[in-house]
Amino acid sequence: MKRSGDAHGTSGAAPPTPLIRARGVSKIYTMGEQPVKALDDVSLDVAAGDFVAIMGPSGSGKSTMMNLIGALDVPTAGGLEIDGRDIAQLSSDELAELRNRTIGFVFQQFNLLARTPALRQVMLPLTYARPRPADPEATARRRLAEVGLAERAGHLPSQLSGGQQQRVAIARALVNGPKILLADEPTGALDTTTSEEIMRLFTRLNAGGITVIVVTHEPEIAAFARRRILFRDGHIVEDATTEGRRAEAAE
Amino acid sequence: MTVLDSLAIALTALRANLMRSVLTTLGIIIGVASVVVLVAVGTGASSDVNRKINALGTNMLVISSGTRNVGGRSSGAGTDVPLAEGDIRAIREKINGVTAISGLLSGSAAVTYGSANWVTSASGVHADYPTVRDWPVASGRPFEAADMRGSSKVALIGATVAKEVFGAEDPVGAQIRVKGVPFKVIGVLSAKGQSAFGRDQDDIVLLPMAVARGRIVGKSQVQNDQVGSIYVKIDPAISLAEAQEEIEDLMRQRRHVRGGEEDNFYVRNMAEFMKARTEVLSTLSYLLAATSAISLIVGGIGIMNIMLVSVTERTREIGLRMAVGGRRRDILLQFLVEAVALCLLGGLIGIVVGVAAATIIATSAEWPVLLSPSVMALAMAAAAATGIFFGFFPARRAAGLSPIDALRSE
Repeated sequence: MKRSGDAHGTSGAAPPTPLIRARGVSKIYTMGEQPVKALDDVSLDVAAGDFVAIMGPSGSGKSTMMNLIGALDVPTAGGLEIDGRDIAQLSSDELAELRNRTIGFVFQQFNLLARTPALRQVMLPLTYARPRPADPEATARRRLAEVGLAERAGHLPSQLSGGQQQRVAIARALVNGPKILLADEPTGALDTTTSEEIMRLFTRLNAGGITVIVVTHEPEIAAFARRRILFRDGHIVEDATTEGRRAEAAE
Repeated sequence: MTVLDSLAIALTALRANLMRSVLTTLGIIIGVASVVVLVAVGTGASSDVNRKINALGTNMLVISSGTRNVGGRSSGAGTDVPLAEGDIRAIREKINGVTAISGLLSGSAAVTYGSANWVTSASGVHADYPTVRDWPVASGRPFEAADMRGSSKVALIGATVAKEVFGAEDPVGAQIRVKGVPFKVIGVLSAKGQSAFGRDQDDIVLLPMAVARGRIVGKSQVQNDQVGSIYVKIDPAISLAEAQEEIEDLMRQRRHVRGGEEDNFYVRNMAEFMKARTEVLSTLSYLLAATSAISLIVGGIGIMNIMLVSVTERTREIGLRMAVGGRRRDILLQFLVEAVALCLLGGLIGIVVGVAAATIIATSAEWPVLLSPSVMALAMAAAAATGIFFGFFPARRAAGLSPIDALRSE
């Protein structure tokens, strides 16, 4: 699926509608009797095609921001638009559809299904897509080839290395042609070499037009991104754009 | 997400814990198996009872002499004034709908033929007796009216006697001796099998009443026109109970029973006696039905328990499915389908176990094996309903999980 219109928007002169637009977003959890303000009045725009690293210590609100951007949760206050849709207005089913079509998730622990071959893992989001895609298996094979695992379609997670498992998970995240690839500590369980490989894969996918958002606490990983947003105590304390030094190196 | 997708996921999950899955369904297995056994045994037993009722003779009343009290002591049935030829004539003439009637004067005698010797029940009867008992001859001819007149020495022999005395030889036309008296075998009765009381009904020789009374069944005790008990066949169009009442009235008159006095005879409807036995069986059926209902409920609770365990174990998987676009109803359906699949698996095993058990029971009780496909379908439906009912709560719990918490669970 091509999303070229959005991808080109970043390089054009006229600022397009941002893919993610947060306005005064707050999220309050109640832990027992105590309300905890995980996010406090955060405003943020992410343009289509950007490569963003969200950083911060634990408890800074970066995971909460990530859950909101992933439409896994809705804000307590403020407006959050993803791909032009205010997620506070969406029903549970509409949120599920947004996650299915617009967002691809990559997790630290891969979250692959046990005893399920790679190809089936990649097909999983397609089984929840409506209308049902014409040839889910072919689509899944293409995505596996895209992450360099065409030969491993029949392998079980237990037969794959950590890096390969994460690439299966990335293929799964890509299978519905999402606009946003959302990765939560994607290299947290991988060694340095493999981490670099995965980050170069993200860079390549970003160059292909997809918006990549990586949550990490490692500066080396964040260095791959063009834009780094630092969270602390529920606020954005730093938002820096450097012209993707590592990204250029990877090309 | 279609039901078929859910089914594929469910089967994978069940296969992953095969032992646990089968043990979980034990309650369902027992429930379904007992339904299958209960129906097979119930119908098998009642068809057996019906067969025995038919073997006894349908629409049949049996009249026997009552109890004589000697000094306040009962001497047992048949000790009162015996029934006689006159009673038979009276019943035939005065009671509506009598299609056949015969006396039965029983005794026992040794039957000899060549070197063969067999002690059997030798009974004097009237020509109608085989008709009353629905007991046709298998070969030869039945009694005719002429056989009853005078002292014609002819005999009908039962299948067991034919086998024991004649072996493979054709008994029809042969000359046997009953208590030393020569009789000509005119026919062999068809096999009737065991009576409801376990007696071999085919171990019998039927002789004309007059000859039997005179020569075979102990001369000294037997009065000239005594007939033992009387078997009456009533027209099926007429109520058996009404005929029974009429006969009782008639017999009271003939035997001078005054109002308020106890009858000195019995009129019995054998079919009703057999039906009472059927009722005992149906009570047993209710017990089995209760057993299967209880085990389905217990089994359902087991299913619910294991499904809750499954939901807890697979919380991360549920979170992932939600993250990649699974809607709440997709998750609900997946776990519901899994619970139903589990129950249907149990149901299938239960049917196999039930059919095996029913076959063993029916074979050892010599009943026909009657397996009803509609009952099996019903049992499977009950199992599926159990799955839906008890699977719903765990499935709803799965569907109600927050995607974030589910993804974060260990």
